[in-house]
Amino acid sequence: MRLIRLLSAALVALLMLVTVAGADERLRMSTTTSTQDSGLLKALLPPFERRHNIKVDVIAVGTGQALKLGEAGDVDVVFVHARKLEDKFVTDGYGVNRKDVMYNDFVIIGPKSDPAGIAKAKTAAEALKLLATKGITFISRGDKSGTHTKELDLWKAAGISPKGSWYVEAGQGMGPVITMATERRGYTLADRGTYNAFKGGKTDLAILFQGDKGLFNPYGIIAVNPKKFPHVKHDLAMKLVDYVTGPEGQKIIAAYKAHGEPVFFIYKK
Amino acid sequence: MDFFSESLHTALQLIAARDPDVVSAVTVSIVVSLWSTLFASLAGVPAGVAVAVADFPGKRAVVTLLNTLMALPTVVVGLFVYSLVSRQGPLGEFGLLFTPWAMVAGQTLLAIPIVANLTMSAIKGADPRIVPTALTLGAGPLESTRRLVIEMRFGIMAAVIAAFGRVIAEVGVAMMLGGNIRGHTRTMTTAIAMETGKGEFALGLALGLILMAVALIVNMALNTLQQR
Repeated sequence: MRLIRLLSAALVALLMLVTVAGADERLRMSTTTSTQDSGLLKALLPPFERRHNIKVDVIAVGTGQALKLGEAGDVDVVFVHARKLEDKFVTDGYGVNRKDVMYNDFVIIGPKSDPAGIAKAKTAAEALKLLATKGITFISRGDKSGTHTKELDLWKAAGISPKGSWYVEAGQGMGPVITMATERRGYTLADRGTYNAFKGGKTDLAILFQGDKGLFNPYGIIAVNPKKFPHVKHDLAMKLVDYVTGPEGQKIIAAYKAHGEPVFFIYKK
Repeated sequence: MDFFSESLHTALQLIAARDPDVVSAVTVSIVVSLWSTLFASLAGVPAGVAVAVADFPGKRAVVTLLNTLMALPTVVVGLFVYSLVSRQGPLGEFGLLFTPWAMVAGQTLLAIPIVANLTMSAIKGADPRIVPTALTLGAGPLESTRRLVIEMRFGIMAAVIAAFGRVIAEVGVAMMLGGNIRGHTRTMTTAIAMETGKGEFALGLALGLILMAVALIVNMALNTLQQR
């Protein structure tokens, strides 16, 4: 019995002695949950980490929060998809050297029977207008994410200020919102990558509208401004920016597939 | 029922394969929670003993406050520490945000009221003859208090174990202050929250089963320390 007590105490002490602070240099990047959940970063970052002997700490939150982390200087580089907010981030002096990385698109998903009939709409804004007029359940991200920003732009284009019990502001990430729309038999705006990840067995909603120019979803990477935050690892951040937009990173992005389909597309140079 | 058996199957697969992401999350969970429980005990046990033993004006207010602090929402504690350790905060220059030490700080704050409150209960439940007996045998007030603590060590250890359970199971502090960084600050609980957000409910439950198994093992270790 005494031996077991001793071993238990030793186990507890040993676990606590394990230092959790790694010895590697770390670069901090904030990004969106949809980028992380796509799995792209698991393919894209390791070659960069190995070459420069560093670890990239990825903090995945909504675009709004990701940019706020940059504005506070809590991260070294920001990788999001909300062009207007990104441009403001740069003009406000928080970021430098914004570069295009990749793009995909948004789709409007809903129950296969399409009760609102949005499949006949000519534009995304028109599709949303149909939902508003008929008062059919629409789940909004409601979290200042890139997707939410796009959704708000579409409502503006439709000339509608969405209000009412049919308009559900979830305040959550893309995954939980798709789940909510599935449970509530409603519609939502989703990025194609996350929808593809869910369409296997996690949702029975279908793509009812796609292809509108307004649903274009570009991703950008921005280094946090070292003049504003001298502590940020600017050289490393620029190395990451160059890698992600350079031939090696772009090749990995273009080749990346989830559930057998490409998730992101690169710009033609 | 399918869902549960799928989760159990996944859990056993992950354990057998020694999946590196799972091993990392388990390690971070255990180490962060053990450190916070230690710090919380170092602060909370003396505080609990002091409040139980001493008489002072406002004692009832302090006891009520301790009771209320046990109901602190984890996300509120997270926000509070976040405001301190973010670059914009007073402790920003140390760069603690999104490191395990920020998580330890938050979890310690969460655990102190639990340790203090339950220690206080344990001491108050002690046989009232212990202290007078020690005093008649020649012990001073400090020594007789020490005797009291030793007598009530089972209850005090229970307070420590309860605090450990609270911190290893929480998500709010770990997510806000750690950032769920893979291989660095991702704990079992933040991993479960993330997988659930991706709609991977079976995987989330599998991770939950592994977490419970880990908590069981650590508690068995702590329990043998408790049984003297």
